[in-house]
Order: sequence, then structure tokens, then C-alpha cells
Amino acid sequence: MATLVFLEIDEGSVKKSSFEAISYASAINAETTAVAFGDLSADDLAKIGKAGATKLLHVTDAPFAQPNSMAYASALAEAMEKTGADTLVLAKSSLGDAIAARTSVKLSASLISNVTSLPGEEGGFSVRKSIYTGKAFANTQSVTSRRVLTLRKNAALIREDGQTVAVEGFQPTVRDADFNVKVLSREKATGEILLPEADIVVSGGRGMKGPENWNLIEGLAQALGAATGCSKPVSDMDWRPHREHVGQTGLKVAPSLYIAVGISGAIQHLAGVNSSKYILVINKDPEAPFFKAADYGVVGDAFEVLPRLTEAVKAQLG
Amino acid sequence: MKILVCITHVPDTTARIAFTDNNTRFDKTGVQYIIGPYDDYALARAVELKEQLGGSITALNVGGSETEPTIRKALAIGADDAVRVDAEPTDSFFVANQIAHVARDGHYDLILMGRESIDYNGGQVHGMVGELLGIPSVSPVMTLIVEGQKVKMTREIEGGKEFVEADMPLVAGCQEPIAEWKIPNMRGIMSARTKPLHVVAPVSDEQRTHVGSYELLPPKAGVKLVDPNDMAGLVNLLKNEAKVI
Repeated sequence: MATLVFLEIDEGSVKKSSFEAISYASAINAETTAVAFGDLSADDLAKIGKAGATKLLHVTDAPFAQPNSMAYASALAEAMEKTGADTLVLAKSSLGDAIAARTSVKLSASLISNVTSLPGEEGGFSVRKSIYTGKAFANTQSVTSRRVLTLRKNAALIREDGQTVAVEGFQPTVRDADFNVKVLSREKATGEILLPEADIVVSGGRGMKGPENWNLIEGLAQALGAATGCSKPVSDMDWRPHREHVGQTGLKVAPSLYIAVGISGAIQHLAGVNSSKYILVINKDPEAPFFKAADYGVVGDAFEVLPRLTEAVKAQLG
Repeated sequence: MKILVCITHVPDTTARIAFTDNNTRFDKTGVQYIIGPYDDYALARAVELKEQLGGSITALNVGGSETEPTIRKALAIGADDAVRVDAEPTDSFFVANQIAHVARDGHYDLILMGRESIDYNGGQVHGMVGELLGIPSVSPVMTLIVEGQKVKMTREIEGGKEFVEADMPLVAGCQEPIAEWKIPNMRGIMSARTKPLHVVAPVSDEQRTHVGSYELLPPKAGVKLVDPNDMAGLVNLLKNEAKVI
């Protein structure tokens, strides 16, 4: 049966995680329809096809211009009926999660979140999902005929061998009740690499001694094209904004490389980073528990190591 | 104002995660259980709202009798009464269905819970409850202020925040810094023993997912230490061995 994919657009561009969702969905079934709300660049349109979507339902009606989980959920449920798709795939995000939950109820579908793998070969529809804050996985079966999946970052590689996507206009029914949450304003960091989606993250902890030393973290992040994060004490002390807090009660990140500087590695912090592909720990205390969870380690003073590492990155990456 | 706070009964954040019965069941041996940390924020905010505006707080948990100490803790922190839906919380839809049923009967103005549980991390239940009840759901909520019938909230979004407003009733999935966690005092602990804890039967046994087996995250092979004077060597490893930069 066909698949449907929600495309999340941020500052005019389709998010990378949404392209992953397209490629994931197209691996389940080649008949993959993407749904986008709002304007799309020609470049993104080409990438949607290459990633594996065969059809695009494009919503350009004014009521859907602003992200609205309730309105998008209704529209996606309508698109599921329209296309006859049995699987809806979304990238996990603050918007994707909210849409997924509501759409699953509308469709009497199962909902499996934090999915990290394609469905297995054996009978039934079963996927692996991350649980216990990244410490374990549950092989979870959908027992309904329709299902909604939210994907964790890196659940699928983005394909580039797909065809041109066929674009069709889509005018979903506008339901007044879906517009009862009014967005008054938005405050968003612009121009910086967003932490939840970053491929490389450089995080600082209490070992950085104060917010005035964050230029060292930012310098390395800039050289690597990385986002910056921090530990809970750092955000609690207001050295850094809350949105940079990585850990059990903060953001869970899954970059290819996580660099932890001056963070001891409390279990609550590890819970936020244990899905990273590689972990590099820089700490002057050789006994820091973080080294046990690391792939690479440097035992040394961050104030000496960071400038050297930043220079070495610049020298080798140009 | 009537507030329903949904709490999860979950392993402590430092608990050792292990599975038993051929990896088909969570191993509860020696595990300390707590109110979900995000639910604790929701409860703390509910207590503040009640102090400010009056009203009542009902704590709700879906779980077996072993969750009662956790529910009593919510009563000690400030809930007035509690409901336990006597059933194993088999999946998020099952739980959402139970909550929606209790909420429909109780006509709550606000239904607060954590943004996600820390065992399954789904972050699904608040949205499902909102949809089942036909009311808005907002998550993750960092601040929540009630002004008349309106609720003003700050919602965390990727790279920033969004300021939103909606009429009650609504569902909110909470996270820090919505309120400071509250530690029960002696009076709270004493009074919690006699506050009503109603045990009700589940309304439906419908579940939409089934876990076949569990797996642990494979352990790391061991750290490769690099000399702090050889950062060129480290960059080389990241570039050519790990291939991540």
C-alpha cells in the first residue's frame, strides 16, 4: 500500500529530516506521496523527487501558511483518504509529534514514534523504536491496518536517484476548530545551525568556568559547521539559553559527532546524547565518567585543547 | 478551576535498564520508581495555579496497584484527589483513551501532563487526548499563564519559542522551566494518606501496537585517547577513521 509523507518547511526550506522521511517511506512502498504546506523552492522540488516521492500534494491556501498542528493533522488525514495510503511518515519534531498524535486518532491508526529502522521482513509491520531515552530499543508491531510513524534523525539515508515528482494542488477542508490555538509571536534564532538537526554538536559544561569562555566552544563549532549545546547546570545558571540544554530533561540529540567539553558525563546528560554516532570527550579529569561512553577522548585542559583543536580543524578542513 | 494532572510511574533517571524473559519484559528488579520528571513539572505548575486561582487538582495514573506510592507522592505535593485506572499501560493510545474517558466525566479546564514519559519517550498522549476530546493540545509548554478563560503559553520549537494563546479547556504537555519541582513537606505527606484515591476499571482494552522484544543499546568499544598536544592527529581520526567531519 502507498505511503504519505509530511514535509516540514522551516524558513522557506524543506528540512533535511523530511527528506529522510521521504526516502524511508519510499523504501516501504515506491508509491510515495509527499504533502507540503506553503511555498517551495525549485531546488527543494527537485530534491523531493530525488529522495523518492512520486507525487506531491501541494497546499498553498492561506489558512495553512502558518504551521498549525491541528489544521495539518486534519489535512493529512484527508490526504490519507484521498491517496488510499496506509502509512504516514513524519520526521520527529515539535510540530511532527503533535501532528502525528492527532492524525493517528483521526485515522484509527497505530502510532509508533522515535522509529530508527525500516520494517522487518517477518510477518506483520514491525519497526525498531528508541526507548528509555536512547538506552534501549523496542521492536514494535502495528496491530492496525493503518499506521503513523515518526522517525528519529538518521533513520534512513536520503536517496538521490528518484524521478521528477508530479505536483498536484490540494485544497484541504478548513475546519474552524483547528484554528483555536493562536500563535501570537515567534522568537527564533536565525542563521545559526539548529541543535536538534545538527550533524555535529559542540557542547560545553561547567568545566568551561563561565559564559565569557563560550567563544572557545563557538570557535570550534564554527570551524566544524556545528551547533552548540550545553549541560543542564550551564543552562540552569543561565550561562546559555535553555534551548541549548542537552540531556534527559532537555534536548535529545543524535548527531554524527558529539563533542563534549568540560562535561563530566552524568547519566542524565548521557541520556540526551547516547544516540550520537561518535562521541569525543575533552576533560581534564581522566576519571570523568563520560570517557566510558566516548569513542575518542582527550585528557587535558579545555582552555588549551580547544584553541589547538580549532586551529587543527581549520588547517585540515580549510 | 479544575485541573487534571496525568502522571507516569517510571524508572528513576539513573535506573539500570535491563530486560528479562528472553528480552520480552522490562526487568523491574531493584528499580526505583518516580513520578515522570516532566509530569512533576506539570504537577508543580498545577499547584501554583491552584494557589493563585483556587480550584482543585486531580492526579491520574494508568497502572497497577504498584503505582500507588507514586500517586500518593502526587497527593503529598498538592493534588486533592487521585484516580488510578487499574490497568497495565500497554501503549500510548490505550492510555490516551483512559485519560480521555476520565477527563470527559470530570469536565476539567486544564489537562496537564509531561511532554513525554521517560520510559517510552513517545510524547504522543497529550495530542491523542486533545484529539479524542476535540480540544486543543499544546506541547512542549515552557510557561503557562491563565487569564480568565484564556491560557497563554510559551512553546519550545526547534531553535526558539512560540507564544500561543487558546481558550480552556485544553491539554498541555509540560517541560521545564514551567515551574520549580515541589518537594512534599511533612504536612503534605501526612494528608496524602487520607486523600481519596479512586480505583476505576479501564474503559476499553484497545491497543494499537505490540512490543515483540526489547534490545539494549550496544556498548561502546572503548575510548581511544589522543595526546592533548596532537590535535592534528585527532582531526585526522575524525576525518579519516570516523569520517564525521
